[in-house]
Formats: sequence, C-alpha cells, structure tokens
Amino acid sequence: MSPTEVKELGCGRLEAAWEVLKQIPDPEVPVISLFELGIVRDLRETAAGLQVVLTPTYSGCPATELIQDDVRAALARFGEVEVILQRAPAWTTDWISEAGRAKLLAYGIAPPGRVLSDQPQPIRLVHRAALTQLACPRCGSAQTEKLSAFGSTACKALYRCLSCREPFEYFKPI
Amino acid sequence: MSIASIQVGNKADVHYLLRIADACLILSQRLGEWCGHAPILEEDLALTNMALDLVGQARGLLTRAGQLDGQGHDEDQLAFLRDERQYLNPVLMELPNSASGNSRPGDFALTQVRNFGVATWLLLLWQGLEKSSDAEVAAIAAKAVKEASYHQQHAADWVVRLGDGTAESAAKAQAALALLWPYFNELFADDAVSAAAVAQGLGPAWSTLKPQWQAQVAEVLADAQLSRPKDSAYVPTGHLGIHSEHMGHLLAEMQYLQRAFPGGKW
Repeated sequence: MSPTEVKELGCGRLEAAWEVLKQIPDPEVPVISLFELGIVRDLRETAAGLQVVLTPTYSGCPATELIQDDVRAALARFGEVEVILQRAPAWTTDWISEAGRAKLLAYGIAPPGRVLSDQPQPIRLVHRAALTQLACPRCGSAQTEKLSAFGSTACKALYRCLSCREPFEYFKPI
Repeated sequence: MSIASIQVGNKADVHYLLRIADACLILSQRLGEWCGHAPILEEDLALTNMALDLVGQARGLLTRAGQLDGQGHDEDQLAFLRDERQYLNPVLMELPNSASGNSRPGDFALTQVRNFGVATWLLLLWQGLEKSSDAEVAAIAAKAVKEASYHQQHAADWVVRLGDGTAESAAKAQAALALLWPYFNELFADDAVSAAAVAQGLGPAWSTLKPQWQAQVAEVLADAQLSRPKDSAYVPTGHLGIHSEHMGHLLAEMQYLQRAFPGGKW
C-alpha cells in the first residue's frame, strides 16, 4: 500500500466516524444531536485509535458521563475510542447550530436567544425581564410568562403561553 | 477500596483550591436537603439545580486539587473520605438551613439570603480565577462564571421579593441577614495560603473581592428595603479546618454511603 492510499483510507475512516458521531442524539433532548448541540469539539486519529473531544454543557450536568458512554458505544466499531473532556473554551448555547435550533423549536422547546456580551449586567431584574419576551413554540404568540427559572434539566427554564395556555420549555442562553 | 480517612498534604495551592471546592461542595449538600421540601415546586427545582451546578464546580476543583496534592486521590475520595478538620470551607456553608439547627422545616429566607451572599462572592471569585495561571482552574472558572451569575440573579430576586414583601417575609429576611452577617466575614479572610496563591498567580486574595461584594450586596439590600446589619469582628475559621458544631452532623450524612459501601459508584 502506498502512502497515498493509506492517507485516503485514513480519511475515509475519519469521515465515516464523523458521520456516526453526527448522528448520536443528546440523551436528555434526543431530538437534537450532540453535534448540533455544539459539544463535539474534535474527532481525530491517534496512534491509539480515535480520539473524541467533548465540551460539557454545565459543570454538574449528570448527562456528561452518559454522553461519553454513548459516544464510545457508537464508535466502538472503529476500534479503540478515547473521549476527552475539554472545558476551555467554555460551551455556550451560541454553539447550537441553526439546524439544532429549528429541531428544538419543532419539538416544543424554545431555542436559546443569543448570549449577550460579557459586559456586566445589572444584578436585578427589570432589564432581564425585558430580555425574555419569548414566542410560544407551539402557537407563536408573544404573550408568554416565566413559570420557573429552572426546569427539568440544568439547561432549561419553564414558561407558559398565555394565548394557547400550553407550558413549554426554554433552553437558557449561557 | 478502603474506608480509612485520607489526609491531604500541606501545599498552599492545594489548600487554596480545597477552600473553594469545599465551599461549593458543602453548600451543595445543604441545598440538597431542600429536595422534596421546598415551599413551592419551582424552588425545589431551583435549589436542587443550583446544588447540581455547585457539585459540578466542586468536582472540577477537587480533581485538580487531588492532582496537585500528588497522592493519587480522586474527587470522590477527597469529597467523602476526609475527616472534619480536613475540610476547608467557610463555616457559612455548613450552617443548617434554619436557625433552629433543623433542616426540616428549613428557613427559606435564610437559604435565599445565604445563596445571594455566596453566589455574589463566588461570581467575583470565579471571575478572578478565570485569569488563573493554572489552565485547568481557569477553564473550570470560565464555565462557573456563567452558572454563578444565574444563581446570583435568582437569589437576588428572592431577597428583594422577601424583603420588599409582607411584614412577615421582611422580618424573616432581616433576621436571616442578621444571623448570617458575621459569617460573611470569612469570605474575605486572607492568610499565608492566599498570599502564596497570589504569588503564583493561582487566584485572587479573597480580601480583594470585598469592595465589589459590598457594593453589589448594598444594591440588592436597598432594593429589598433591608437594612445592613452592624459589622462584627468575628471571623470564623472553617478555611483553617476548624468548624462549627454542625459540620460533623453534615459529614455523617454526606459520607454515609461511601463509608458503608467503600468505593461504591453509580
């Protein structure tokens, strides 16, 4: 086998692995993939096998271990897989892809707004209340209210639509 | 795996990180006591979500402290197998959720006032640690800043809602503030450990956080129509490993599973 052939084979293998990696759903919100969620930082080939670099969403997200297991299991057919957690740069909801946002919305979860600048924000309230005028993902009404700042998972808050009366989740921008 | 207690060494950088890791860990344990018992469902979710963030932050720092300590202790061993004197959290974190010493019923005002003071402190501290010379600590801090900011806003909303609420909620918030005020002093205590951390660029001296903390707290207390208690000279000594009478009880519950089922994982 010539060096060129080896390289091409290697590329094909990485591409095939990327295709598999891109299909792995998020365990908490299975409508969106880990790739669309923006936590897959890199996939590379090393002497020991495949190496996947993930960035955790929240410090205490209990799905982090499960996600690592899912990635290892999905890529097992490629041989050895090492999963590396890389904290920096910190994950932000701005990394959720447009396709991912559309899927969240269709699923009934309002996608996160853009994260505002790192400039200091007022500790309280009035200003923040104005920021969270969310449209209902079901009927589109802008008449919504926050029910709970924290929801069923670390990444979501709970809202209610005042028009169609349905509760819905909001993926918090961080 | 053994259930024998472990001890960390005397390195200043390890102690500096453990003080912060233990602050997150022990407050997380207290917030977890609200699980299933908060006055409303939304707060049950909020308090336990914040406990989860805190335990995640603690895990990162405990792992890093274990590496720097160099004895091969992982995050679980450090969290569950030290004895009381080896925990370096400020006493504020270990105080029970009510003045009576009982966690149930907890005092909701006390929990929110403490959360506000601690989140404000942690936010400033994480902002300082983002510039740490230790890349891992800086990365943990960069993530934690976002979480602490959310915690601060949430608790600040409650402090105002309680302080500027009914006569009863205001009285409870004011009483909680009076009880906790002297304990906040420890969040700004410096010594040789902090001096060493500053010298090696690991993180800020806690005393440097005080002006901003006071300004932010004053802003929210004014909104809440709560009056700032008189300052006290008392500085608790949890960061030196000398704790209140509540710490042993907290650890007995927190360590129970690891002591009963050594090395147990889920």
